[in-house]
Amino acid sequence: MQPIPITTINNHKNSRKLHDFHGGVHPEQNKHQSTQKPIQTPLLPPRLILPLQQHIGRAAKACVSPGEQVLKGQVIAEAQGPISVAVHAPTSGIIESIEELPVAHPSGLSAPCIVLTPDGKETWTALTTHQDYLNLDEEQMYAAIQNAGIAGMGGAGFPTKVKLNPSIAGRIDTLVINAIECEPYITSDDMLVREHAEEILRGIEIMARLVEPKNSLVALEDNKPEAYLALREALNERQQQAGAYEHEIELVVVPTKYPSGGEKQLIQILTGKEVPSGGIPADIGVVCQNTGTARAVYRALRFGEPLISRITTLTGKQIADPCNVEALIGTPISWLIGQYGYQPARQERLIMGGPMMGYTITEPDMPLVKTSNCILAPSPQELPMDHQAQACIRCGLCAEACPAELLPQQLYWFSRAQEYEKAEQHSLFDCIECGACSYVCPSSIPLVQYYRHAKGEIQEQAEAHAKSDRARIRFEARQERLDRDVAEKEAKRQARKEAAARAQAARKSADTNLTTHTKTQTSNAEQPAENGPSLETLKANWDSAQTKLDKLFDSLEETNKTNPDMATKLQRAIEKNQLRVNQTRLAYEKAETAASADQPTVLEKSVTSLPNTDDMKSIWERSQVKLDKMLITLADAKLNNPDTVEKLQRAVDKTQARVTQAKQNYEAVVSTSTATTPSTVKKSETSLEPSTENDLDSLRAVYEKAQAKLEKMQETLEDARANNSDTIEKFERAVAKNQVRVSAAKTALNAAKARREN
Amino acid sequence: MSVILTAILALLLLALVFGALLGFAAIRFKIDGNPIVDQIDGLLPQTQCGQCGHPGCRPYAEGIANGEEINKCPPGGEATIQALADLLDVEAPALDAEHGEEKPVQVAVIREAECIGCTKCIQACPVDAILGAAKHMHTVITSECTGCDLCVEPCPVDCIDLVAVDKGILGWHWNAPQSSLIATDKGVA
Amino acid sequence: MALLSITSPHVKGPQRTAGIMRWVILMTLPGLALQTYFFGWGNLHNVIWCSLIAVAAESLVLWLRKRPIGFYIGDYSALVTAVLLGLALPPFAPWWVSLVACLFSILFAKHLYGGIGYNPFNPAMAGYALVLISYPLAMTTTWANPVASNTPSITETLAIIWELSPLVDAYTGATPLDVYKHEVAVSTAEEIRSNPIFGQRIALGWEAVNLAFLLGGLVLIGLKVMPWQTPAAVLAGLALPALIFGWDEDQSAPLSLHLFAGATMLGAFFIATDPVSSATTNLGRLIYGFGIGLLTYIIRVWGSYPDAIAFAVLLMNFAAPFIDAYTQPRAYGYKKANRGPKASDKP
Repeated sequence: MQPIPITTINNHKNSRKLHDFHGGVHPEQNKHQSTQKPIQTPLLPPRLILPLQQHIGRAAKACVSPGEQVLKGQVIAEAQGPISVAVHAPTSGIIESIEELPVAHPSGLSAPCIVLTPDGKETWTALTTHQDYLNLDEEQMYAAIQNAGIAGMGGAGFPTKVKLNPSIAGRIDTLVINAIECEPYITSDDMLVREHAEEILRGIEIMARLVEPKNSLVALEDNKPEAYLALREALNERQQQAGAYEHEIELVVVPTKYPSGGEKQLIQILTGKEVPSGGIPADIGVVCQNTGTARAVYRALRFGEPLISRITTLTGKQIADPCNVEALIGTPISWLIGQYGYQPARQERLIMGGPMMGYTITEPDMPLVKTSNCILAPSPQELPMDHQAQACIRCGLCAEACPAELLPQQLYWFSRAQEYEKAEQHSLFDCIECGACSYVCPSSIPLVQYYRHAKGEIQEQAEAHAKSDRARIRFEARQERLDRDVAEKEAKRQARKEAAARAQAARKSADTNLTTHTKTQTSNAEQPAENGPSLETLKANWDSAQTKLDKLFDSLEETNKTNPDMATKLQRAIEKNQLRVNQTRLAYEKAETAASADQPTVLEKSVTSLPNTDDMKSIWERSQVKLDKMLITLADAKLNNPDTVEKLQRAVDKTQARVTQAKQNYEAVVSTSTATTPSTVKKSETSLEPSTENDLDSLRAVYEKAQAKLEKMQETLEDARANNSDTIEKFERAVAKNQVRVSAAKTALNAAKARREN
Repeated sequence: MSVILTAILALLLLALVFGALLGFAAIRFKIDGNPIVDQIDGLLPQTQCGQCGHPGCRPYAEGIANGEEINKCPPGGEATIQALADLLDVEAPALDAEHGEEKPVQVAVIREAECIGCTKCIQACPVDAILGAAKHMHTVITSECTGCDLCVEPCPVDCIDLVAVDKGILGWHWNAPQSSLIATDKGVA
Repeated sequence: MALLSITSPHVKGPQRTAGIMRWVILMTLPGLALQTYFFGWGNLHNVIWCSLIAVAAESLVLWLRKRPIGFYIGDYSALVTAVLLGLALPPFAPWWVSLVACLFSILFAKHLYGGIGYNPFNPAMAGYALVLISYPLAMTTTWANPVASNTPSITETLAIIWELSPLVDAYTGATPLDVYKHEVAVSTAEEIRSNPIFGQRIALGWEAVNLAFLLGGLVLIGLKVMPWQTPAAVLAGLALPALIFGWDEDQSAPLSLHLFAGATMLGAFFIATDPVSSATTNLGRLIYGFGIGLLTYIIRVWGSYPDAIAFAVLLMNFAAPFIDAYTQPRAYGYKKANRGPKASDKP
């Protein structure tokens, strides 16, 4: 290629006044090495590694599976949420795997990647082309950009669609296309402009149509005369063509100085305005886009092509054939540079990006991503690295060089001493990590690394602090809740105590109103309550134990289906609970029988003084019901708990005796009273009815409940049979138990019915 | 005689002036409450783990304000001790091993298949970071878990593990540069 | 293949600490040459003598601190301290005065604070101030008299400094600043000027030496080895009161004498600019330098010392961190500079 004299570009007259930014450095350019040849197209690599995250925002989500055949341009990972972009297959082939592989990141850590083995056919998927792309409606344009998976190709990789957000349209004065490329060695934008100036201009038109700026600027440094000429010619041609977007595109040549290509610095050069700290360029009416992005936008709209390749500079003395290549995204770097005569040095160092801001990669097989603009393989002599850091002498050269007008030297002291608060106060986060300070530092202090470390630490601490604040709030809220619970319980207990005291007082006063003969009754009746827990509590215990058991059965049923291991555990818990239910029931019944056992004796006494057929009858009936119930319990106990059978048997016998006694009493009374007052008997019989009705009802309820439970258990058993053979036996036993219980209840009910009919 | 009198008068006057000044300052710059406890509490990691022997971070903060040692907080580690030392302007002691060792940030994870839904861990969690109901599987809200390990002990089936937090590539940040030559004398001499 | 992991930037600018120090030393040489020409071999001897002591003391401390000696000696910082001391001390100052000053500079003012980069005070001036206070006689009566018909030879100079032979009165004399200060109360400017030490122009010998230091300093500024703010402010701080109070030469020394006699130019360009102990912001350097100039004038005119660069520099060293805190520049993207101590600072 014939070199174009630098004077061409020096004669350029900018139509706008340029401003300067503070500081900056002039490292050796070293750009000529890689601009000797036109952009090369490498062979198809044997393997492509596509990280799911090549952009800022959320990682894409793979939507293919290993073994799947994909076509070139097919979406293989979908964008997740608004700030995310899709990943496309750079060529047709077969998905080999989706796994964690080292990705191009300074950490050298691994991240999820899709590995694609090309089949060499390069079969394209169906693409939507638009001849008349400028007249699409905006929605379609945004969709096309989004679907093409375009992220800023300058280095940061911010999703382009988000940057061209509709909400900024109308607020934008200036659309800046950044072709500055101020980093030494990198020439990918230079070569791109030289060879694809027209496509870039068309891309600018599309972006201008979307954000509607007053004017668009293409800015490049005065060390790129060829690119300048190419652009100027393309611009002239484009102006003569019909159908171009009516819009002024201005060519601006800026003096070479690092880092004039930094977004904030370029905006300052072009407009004299500064992006507010913590803000974005759109805040001052500017949007910056990279040339590569402009071209990708054009190709996405015109041809429907997704972003599957990019122009990358391969340079450095270790590469025999330095040049720019249009390589597929995902190409392993070692393979790529191997194609162009790469010779590893003894102390090997591969830099992704330029020498000022690039980072060394730790694995040569890391893939090229959408933001990789340069791969630099310098020889040790070319970029010496044996600078031993000396002490800072506060010379202030760094402050002179800092484009963000910070005091790097003070930031260094604060970062080193871990005085992060002070570092933040000295605007650490406005540092753009351009490396100018480290470049000029006479003591060779790795300043940028200190800042990066401090930034990371501060962010980590801020997260930890936010978390500890949340933890504190949650802890305090919990503490409050617990305190409240305790207070409530205490209040309830107090209330109950008071209520009990009141009730006792009321009963006492009622008792004193009664005739003297009831005194013994009162004292007797109260005895069990005083000696142990009251009947109600015992009953409540039993009930709760029963419900718990039922619940356990329910969950067993459920878990049986999901997890057999746990089922056995639950089984054990159920057995334990059954025991508890029986115990509580026993306790309750014992207490009840004791209470009822006392009753007849008392009443016997009263009978002598005041014989009453109604009373006697009800006593008899009640004891009968009790006996029936007890028989059921006994049957149960025989099955479940042999220890208690004896006791129960005794209780049953006692009740039996009591029943006969009551019957005798009743009959005796009836026989005596029928002679004197038959009407009373009749009355008593009618009045008797409701009480027996009640008993009957309760018996029926017991029976029905038992029946329902049995049915449920049978169902469970069937389920268990279907699912799990381990627990069937247990269920069968349980069902048998319940059957006994049901039949016992049935007999009791029938007996009661028969009695009633009598 | 008059010299002595003048001297006494002058001293008296000075005492009056300064006394008034101090009195004014005491009222004007009065600070309510005991902010030092809040400040100390603000530096503690709020894991509420109780390894210091107090039932939570705030009680320990109160303890420190009352003169307790500042090296009883293993989750906070050296960084917290240093911060406390800076705040209280005392020498930073080493972490008291009696209360535990400094560990990387952890979170509790319930092996959900093994959970029997006993709710014991829920009751033990000081920051309500475990979710679940009786007889239903429980799970840890990772973002709220402080890694205090108070839930591990009550679990009847030992299905809770503490795992180190790994944020992967997004949580990575640069290390501080290694400089052997301009390091401080600490550890060199 | 193991790849190296190195942080960016991977390219380094040409500036090195050692290079800066070398330039500083180099640019003092014209002044030293003229000093030797006008005041004899004393200063040259002192520079060499101090350099030997400084390098030895530095090596000793580095050895004690278990630091790589060659690495630190190679930054020339000790040498700069020694050279500045040698230039500033009176030519016939006894050997032990230089020794004490130099040892104090390196051991106390530099290494007890942590070595290069950590010293809050200018080491050379700390050493100078120490001997000025401790040995006032040796420090004030050993200035060379440029008027003497012949300056002592090398051997004579050595004999005097190493106290092998007594100091001959003819070789020594008060400095012009000293003379003017003492005479101005009783004589007119014309009478004072009749003293041959003032020569034809401003002050015989001193004017040339100061001019040499001025030119050397300008070269350093041109090479961007040092900022222009500090020296300019020092000269301005000295010139302003000198113009105000020195308009009447019968009352006070004139501006020309303040600028071109004594250690003015050496102080302004080589001592005040010591980066470690000076202010670091551009505005801060202006304030810092102006303070040095002003204090120099005040001490020279109303204090009891004829020259005052050392004290002025040390006093302003105290103020440097404070000045820095209040002169933070406005960073990119901010409306206002973020200055002064903040609530986050310790109460």
